[in-house]
Order: sequence, then C-alpha cells, then structure tokens
Amino acid sequence: MLDQIKLETTNPGATSTALLPGTMTPANPKITARNVSVFYEQKQALFDVDLDVMPNEVLSLIGPSGCGKSSLLRCFNRMNDTIDVCRVTGNITLDGQDIYDRSIDVVELRARVGMVFQKPNPFPKSIFENVAYGPRIHGMTKDRDELEELVVSSLKRAGLFDEVADRLQDSGTSLSGGQQQRLCIARAIATRPEILLMDEPASALDPIATSIIEELIDELRQNYAIVIVTHSMQQAARVSQKTAFFHMGKLIEKGETEQIFTNPVDAKTQDYITGRIG
Amino acid sequence: MTDFFDSPANKSSLHTGMEARERLRARYRAEWMFKALGLGAIGVSVGFLLFLFTTIFMQGWPAFTHNFVALPLELNAQTLGDEGVISEESLSGADYDAIVRTAIREQFPEVSGRTAKRTLSGLISPGAPVLLREALLADPERRNAPNAITLPLSDFADLYLKGQISRSTYRTGEGELAIEVSETGVLISGADLAAGLESSGADGKISLSREMPSLLLYAGGGVFKLETLEGNLATARILSPLDAGETTKALDWQVRLIEVPEANRKFSDREIVWTDKLVERQLVQAKFNTLFFTRGASREPEMAGILGAVVGTALTLVVTLGLSFPLGVAAAVYLEEFAPRNRLTALVEVNINNLAAVPSIVFGLLGLAVFLTFFGMPRSAPLVGGMVLALMTLPTIIIASRAALRAVPPSIREAALGIGASKMQVVVHHVLPLAMPGILTGTIIGMAQALGETAPLLMIGMVAFVVDIPGGFTDPATVLPVQIFMWADFPEPAFQQRTSAAIMVLLAFLVVMNALAVVLRKQFERRW
Repeated sequence: MLDQIKLETTNPGATSTALLPGTMTPANPKITARNVSVFYEQKQALFDVDLDVMPNEVLSLIGPSGCGKSSLLRCFNRMNDTIDVCRVTGNITLDGQDIYDRSIDVVELRARVGMVFQKPNPFPKSIFENVAYGPRIHGMTKDRDELEELVVSSLKRAGLFDEVADRLQDSGTSLSGGQQQRLCIARAIATRPEILLMDEPASALDPIATSIIEELIDELRQNYAIVIVTHSMQQAARVSQKTAFFHMGKLIEKGETEQIFTNPVDAKTQDYITGRIG
Repeated sequence: MTDFFDSPANKSSLHTGMEARERLRARYRAEWMFKALGLGAIGVSVGFLLFLFTTIFMQGWPAFTHNFVALPLELNAQTLGDEGVISEESLSGADYDAIVRTAIREQFPEVSGRTAKRTLSGLISPGAPVLLREALLADPERRNAPNAITLPLSDFADLYLKGQISRSTYRTGEGELAIEVSETGVLISGADLAAGLESSGADGKISLSREMPSLLLYAGGGVFKLETLEGNLATARILSPLDAGETTKALDWQVRLIEVPEANRKFSDREIVWTDKLVERQLVQAKFNTLFFTRGASREPEMAGILGAVVGTALTLVVTLGLSFPLGVAAAVYLEEFAPRNRLTALVEVNINNLAAVPSIVFGLLGLAVFLTFFGMPRSAPLVGGMVLALMTLPTIIIASRAALRAVPPSIREAALGIGASKMQVVVHHVLPLAMPGILTGTIIGMAQALGETAPLLMIGMVAFVVDIPGGFTDPATVLPVQIFMWADFPEPAFQQRTSAAIMVLLAFLVVMNALAVVLRKQFERRW
C-alpha cells in the first residue's frame, strides 16, 4: 500500500503544492484542500493549508491547542458558516467539486460529510429519535419499517445496539458519556455520509470508552473517509493511517502516521511528539 | 528585598495565629449579617403580604354569602295571568314589583303611611322582582311552590344581619312597666325603669335625639323607641305594636342599646325591628351568593356580580394571547436566530427593551388615538382592549423568549446542523421546543401583567358601566381590575365588600394561571 500513499511535506506558508510528479494516485482523494486560510475577524487562525483526505483512510490532525486543526475540520462541512465573524479563503473540493461554490447546498454537503463533536451532544429525545432524525429530515426512508431498519443498523454499526436494544425509547441523554458519543456516531452515520469528521471524539471519555470508540473508528474506515482531530498522540498513532501536524495555524508536516511518529522531518514535529512543546 | 514567600511572617502562624482567627471570625460575622438581612427582608415581605391578604379576606369573605327571604308570594292566575289565564306572555308582563311589595307588606299589616310602606318594601332588593320574573320564565311550574323562591334582601338588611351595621347590647329589666298608647305617643312608666336604663334620673329630662345611640324597649310583644326620659317616666314611639290593646302592664321587658346613632347609619331602627321579625318568623336564610358569580354590573350591590367582568377579562386575554404570543415568539426567533448583527437590529433591540419600560397608560393613549380614533374601532370592546394589552405584553414576551432561546446549548444547534438540518429545521425541531418552557414562563408573566392592567383600558373606554354579559369580542365589556376600580369608588359598604371579594377572584385567577404555567412547563420538560 505504501506506494499508493501520497507523501508530501510543506513549509509553513508555502504556496500550493501540486502532486509530486510521478506519484501514483490510483484512488482519487475525497477531499482536497488547497491554500485554505481561516480568519476570525482580523485574526488569522489557519495559514494556507494544503491537505488531501483519501477514501477508506483515517487522517488525524494533531497539534497543540489553538493550532487551527478544529478550524480546518469545520471547513470540511462548512460548519464555520454558522460563526458570523469567521471567513474562509482557499479552495476545498469534495469529489472534485468546490464545496464553497454557490451551487453547493450546505444542507446536502452536511448530509454527505457527517460530524461528531468533542462533547457528546445527543438531542434530548429518545435514542431512536436521535438516530432517526437525520434520515427523517433528508427523507431517506420510505416508511417506518425501513426507518427502523436503518436506525437499528446504524446503532449496530456504532456498536451500541446491544446495550440499548431494549430501551430505544429512553432519552438519549440518559446514557453514559461513552454511550452518548457512540449514539452521536450512530446518528452521524445514519445519514450515510461519505466522510466522517470527528472533533476530539474521545476527549471527554474514560479509557475504556475511548478504546471502544477507537475500535469503532477502525471499523468505520472500511466505509468512510475519516478525519479526526485529537490531542492524544497515542490515539493518533493507534487509529490513523495519515497524520498532519499543525502548529500556530500552519501545517508543519503531513504524512504516514508511522513515519510522523517515528521519523518526523520537521524539528517542531519532533518536539511535539516527544512532548517538548504543546 | 526578600522574596514575599520567604518572609518569616508567612510561616505556620499565618493561617492559625490570633490575627488569622480574628479575620476568620470577622468573615463569619459578615456571613451571619448577610444571612440575617436576607431573612429579614423575606420576613418583612411575607408579613406585609399576610397583612394584605388577611384584610382583603376579612373584608371580602362576607360578600360570598347573602341573606335571602322566602316570602309567601301570591303567584296565581290573578297576579300572573292575563284575565285569569297564565301564558308565557302574561308571565313576562306580570307586575312582579306589586307581587313582591304585597308579599312583604302582608308580613307587617300594621305599617301605614306611604313613607313607611316604601321603607318596608326597601328591605327587599330592588332586583328581587327581576329575579322572580327570571325564575318564573325559566320554570313556570315554580309558581306552585312560592315559598321555595327566595329573594335577596337589600344590601343594608343583609349587612345588618351580618352584624356590620352596629353592635347592640341587651339588658333585661325588672319590675312592672305600665305602657299607655295614645294619640300623641306612648307613655311608659315603672318603678324600676330608671334602674333598668341605668339612668340616674337626677339629670332631669333627657331627650334622645337621632344623634345619640338608640334605646329600644321590648315589652308586651311590642317594640318602642324611647324618645325622652325623666326619672321613671319615658315617652316613646311605636316601632312594632303591642300584642293586644292600647294599655298593658308588662313584667318581662328588655332594653336594647344600638350603639351607632340612627343618624349615622343607613338602616333605621324601624327597619332593624322589621328585619328581626322576618328572622323570627324563619323566613330569612343565609345562602351562598350565586348572584355575585352570575350577574353583571348593577347599581344595587346585592345584584352586582363579576360575571360580566370575568367574561370581559377572558375575551380580552384571548385577544392578547392570540396576538402577542405568536408575534412575540416570531420576533424573538427572528432576532435571535436569523437576524444579522448590525446597527438596525441593535436599534430594534434597544427599542424593544425600552418598550418594556413604557408606562401602560401610554399604550392606552396609543390605543385611543390609533385603534379608536384612526381606525374607528368600537369603544369598550375586548378586541381593542386585547390589542392594547398585546402591545404592552409583546416586549415582555420577546425579551423572555430571547433569553430562553439564548439559553439553549449551542451544542444542540451544532448537532442538528452537523447532520444537515436547515436553519429552519434546527429552530423548529430543536431550539424552540427546548426554549418553550422559558417562553411559556415569560408569556404567563406577560399575561398576568395584562390581567391586572387597568390604566390603558380606562383610556379606551372599558370603564363603562356594562350590565349585560358580553357575548363577543366587539360587545362593550369591562375587565376584573377595572370592575374592582369602579366598585372601590362606590360609597355603599356592601360594594366595599364586593371590591375585596372581586380582588380575591382576581387573585384566584392569577394562581390558576401560574399553576397552569407550571403544569405546561412540566409537560414540555418531560417530553424532552
């Protein structure tokens, strides 16, 4: 597989880096980001980032707090639109289509790019309704039976069904933190997205719940491209195939996870993964 | 310069020494003072509230009962019929005034003279014939049981029976009294009269004027009002005649002292004696005052009820709620969820906050100028009243709703947006239902304000004297607080009671509304 992986390093602030000549790209990237900068009012939070997300791969974004990795993640499903003062420049495409194009419907985009947040945020509704909400608003199922089937399979996929099978009508908020986060994952995958964005999905969870989530992420990789923001380097090392390291709003280094953690090119990356900065 | 943390004073004695103890004590003292102040504040307000409620309850409570009299009414073909035949038409046209008048006069055949007869008829409420007519029209068969029909006593007779006209003290006399009734008056003499009256007899002749407490002598089945006293001799006026003859000797006699002078009360000694007689004959019964709850405004306190005002209030509040709730919530949702943050929305926001502080009478003036004068809408109508109150309630609802919307955690919005819900779906499916308890609380507060509002309604003519129960949104009507305001202005003491009683009803309404708010809130919270 090694030869399929596009490996690039960029210097901070460098201009757009085209595909290295001669690199084989049998699979097209799901998402390509070119020259992406994010501003909050006058303050720039992200500087000219170039990044690709490949299908059936987990890409983890690491870096110290405030380095802009969450800002980038939120660009991928245009969640930054909801922040009035936030401005995004550059070019992001999903399957070759510019997601900031006027012709793109943000509702459709978010159905295709699911998101799981840092803090579990189930709706204060029943477990069933939580998962059924997405398919329902997108009109994805014809009847109740189909909807139920979809809910059950989503819950199963998220590894939660066995725990909640007999209490689907209980409130989603009555679950434990780890269960709530898996419910949120089930909710996100119920709309059958193509990409799953995860913003520190395990940071509020205990180690056991975290390991369950991590196993889940590994399974979900079979069907989705996954981008995960994490503070835990062990987690990045365990779940991801690719890793991108951010510092002060700049993409310092990106590459195969193994390479980043064993043989980083940049000194800052080295410092971060060894715990000297961060 | 040594390091602060290395100075010797900062060793173990810092938090355990005498000074530290003193500081700690001062802290506890301050805390205790703070708690005591808070407790005091609560105590004072609870005290005032209790005082207020007690006075209102004490004054209003008697208004919930009224004394009715069951007279043997002559309800037959002669009085009710048209040439001897009773029909619906004849029932509706019969002279009920005469029937009631005759019935009460038959109880006191000795009363003569036009003034006296009129006073006697005045014991029964002027509304009694109306009620009698209504009763017979509703069920003509009731004429066969005339004794079962009870008619309200006049307000003062009722007050007298409730013990609110004057206190009386009784003294049983000893010895024999001679009573002589003649053309000029009644002469009473007896060896122990002076002792019985507790008058020394040394002061010579005493004239008992209307400005002095009344002395009534009960002897030989008659009642006499003493007019002059001279030792063991007295002259008197007949209030109720002797059982037999014009002269009698009585061994059992009683003197009654009515403390409030006749000139200072609206219920004369004669009326007191007549009312006592009716009670003695077991014709009077105190009953729950249904009239208070089933009738509209009236000049006669015993006939005045709050139904008109209650219906008017209900109609007005329906209009207010119907206008201010949807408008207020829609405005709040737009401003909070959709509006761009710019100077215009900031201006709107400031204005809404200012509107909440505008005196309500200004809204009344606005209603008068715009709704009545410009649009020519009907005066005194619940529709206009409701619109004016809606203007007044809107800012309250908008502010409360915005606060409730803002309190919905952003994570819920993000969650819904992240799945691909549109802005509208986020608001309708998630934010609004979560904010609903808060919005409802704000609405109920606004409605409670509207319920108690008087000033703006005065401006649009809802202070009119409306006898009929309003049947629609454009009928002339009044509302509870305005009714209370009007009754409080009437001089009759019976109206003062009704004022308090109406305040109790208003308070009951408020309690019911608040309870409803709590129930609704619970309902919504459980669903989520």
